[in-house]
Amino acid sequence: MLFKVFPVVELIRLFQILAANRIVGPVKKGEDQHGRSLYDFGVVHDFSDLRLDYTQTIHSAKNYFLPYREDLCSFTVQDGDWHKEVDYGAYAPLVLFGLHSCDINALNKLDKVLLGGRYPNPFYGEKRANMFIVGHSCNPQPYCFCKSMGTDSALRGFDLFLTRMDDLYFAEILSSRAFHLLEQIDCREPDSSEHRRYLDEMEAKESQFVAHVDTSDLTKILDLEFQAPVWKEWGEKCLSCGTCAQVCPTCYCYGVEEHVDMVFTHARKEKQLYSCNLLDFAVVAGGHNFRPESHTRLKYRYYHKHRGFVEAFEESLCVGCGRCGQSCLAHITVPEVIASVRASK
Amino acid sequence: MTTNKTFLGVPVARPKVGFFELSSCEGCQLQLLNNEATLLDFLSLVEIVRFREGMKEAGDEYEIAFIEGSITRADEEERLKNIRAKAKLVVALGSCACFGGVNQLKNRFNDLEWVKKEVYSSFPIDTQEVKPLSAVIKVDLEIYGCPIKKEEVERIVTALVLGEEIHHPQYPVCMECKARENICLFDLGEPCLGPVTRAGCDAWCPSNRLGCWGCRGPAPEANLARLQIIMAERGISPERMMDRLECFGGFADFVAEVKGKKEDGR
Repeated sequence: MLFKVFPVVELIRLFQILAANRIVGPVKKGEDQHGRSLYDFGVVHDFSDLRLDYTQTIHSAKNYFLPYREDLCSFTVQDGDWHKEVDYGAYAPLVLFGLHSCDINALNKLDKVLLGGRYPNPFYGEKRANMFIVGHSCNPQPYCFCKSMGTDSALRGFDLFLTRMDDLYFAEILSSRAFHLLEQIDCREPDSSEHRRYLDEMEAKESQFVAHVDTSDLTKILDLEFQAPVWKEWGEKCLSCGTCAQVCPTCYCYGVEEHVDMVFTHARKEKQLYSCNLLDFAVVAGGHNFRPESHTRLKYRYYHKHRGFVEAFEESLCVGCGRCGQSCLAHITVPEVIASVRASK
Repeated sequence: MTTNKTFLGVPVARPKVGFFELSSCEGCQLQLLNNEATLLDFLSLVEIVRFREGMKEAGDEYEIAFIEGSITRADEEERLKNIRAKAKLVVALGSCACFGGVNQLKNRFNDLEWVKKEVYSSFPIDTQEVKPLSAVIKVDLEIYGCPIKKEEVERIVTALVLGEEIHHPQYPVCMECKARENICLFDLGEPCLGPVTRAGCDAWCPSNRLGCWGCRGPAPEANLARLQIIMAERGISPERMMDRLECFGGFADFVAEVKGKKEDGR
């Protein structure tokens, strides 16, 4: 990895060079009733709209590479014949500007399952292939537990990662595209005192974490506690509304529906991101529902994230961004659920 | 107009449909007419023999009856039974038809004679306790919403004509609201019935910063016990929550349960 430093005031030039492409980054969405700023990812047209000081966005950036709804294919029916069209929906490069480590790691995890398997997902792959990612350092929030999930720093999956050090940016470079980009702005090699400052920043960040998840032996504990009564307690709280999955940067499960238009000349197969907490997630042909009770569905969400994925990929599917807990009206948070299962008697 | 429609070479019959209205604002029917961009497509799908909002003719031969409105008079019950006898398929169109809708708000009052006097004074008018269609006849299909979402009606009618199974979303409005990346209304201090209300409206109201009023009725698994806690935690009074739950009649069972408990406690 190569390192560079550049003055913070140079960032606007970096942005402007990249702005030849569509840039998606954190923007202020509004304020809550207490006047606290709320953020989300959005298309950024003006550098001043980019809010790199954001805490956490309400939703992840996945709508830009794993949309909530997407047509898998469409059909044209004409003269007794039909024609199928597939559109991966990737027309232009996308710059993701200002992703935190958790969201970069989320992309790395999605890559493993959506691109690394026997049947890579071309809809995701096409969008991923044409992406430039600028990471940005963060200030851990009280609900962040990425450190427990090992996703508090990103080792790969970005082109450029910027760590703010007062008036300087410490840049980690992972791609030649990023290297050549930095050549176009006023930037230089860091000296040893700046190396030190960078390490101090990292250390300062580590001490800010409040929320933790004990992941030691978690896959085994989850297996042992499959019948634990705490699952029912969480299930009673759960609204089965799917909010957690919708805001999650790594939830990729989906359903498919077919739609025929009203004149019968076009049809399409639409994919919709779904949630394992929804009532009909485990309904199979014939109508049987394998998970009719709320707590069984909630449990499987945890088993997929913290057990199944770990067994398949030797890492959790959760990046500890805390969004699900923040959005859950029933206050179901990962640290509390895991702690309650671990303490189960 | 197209006749002899086929889909993948298979002939598809264009059913005769009639639109009917009981006590209602007829806004659901207007919703269909409002969709001018697809109106002709919709008309190619079905043969409309009766539609007071859009045509003079009033045919009496129909296979599918779309009925808007709730029952508030004895003669409406009779009319409804007649429609049922003629139609192969009866569709309750909109919240009034499905749950009684806004009309059923008057059922909250124990003394309906008093309500009648307050509203109509001495004007002679026949009005009774409000009922949804299903209280009088067998309803084959319900299309929810106040008003209905025309895109959803078009999808459902297409499926009907093609003989496909009709699916309503099994999840609450939150799912669609999150997909539209809205700020949660509760974060803005507003009450919202999104967590318990059946989706399908594409989070119409919350996307316009209006908390959900539950016009589509409860999702198949609505955690109303938890909703009460959510409201209480945010200082939203039970009365305010009940006002919403009572507004369209979809949550009638839950409302009755809560009121029953209250009366037991007295």
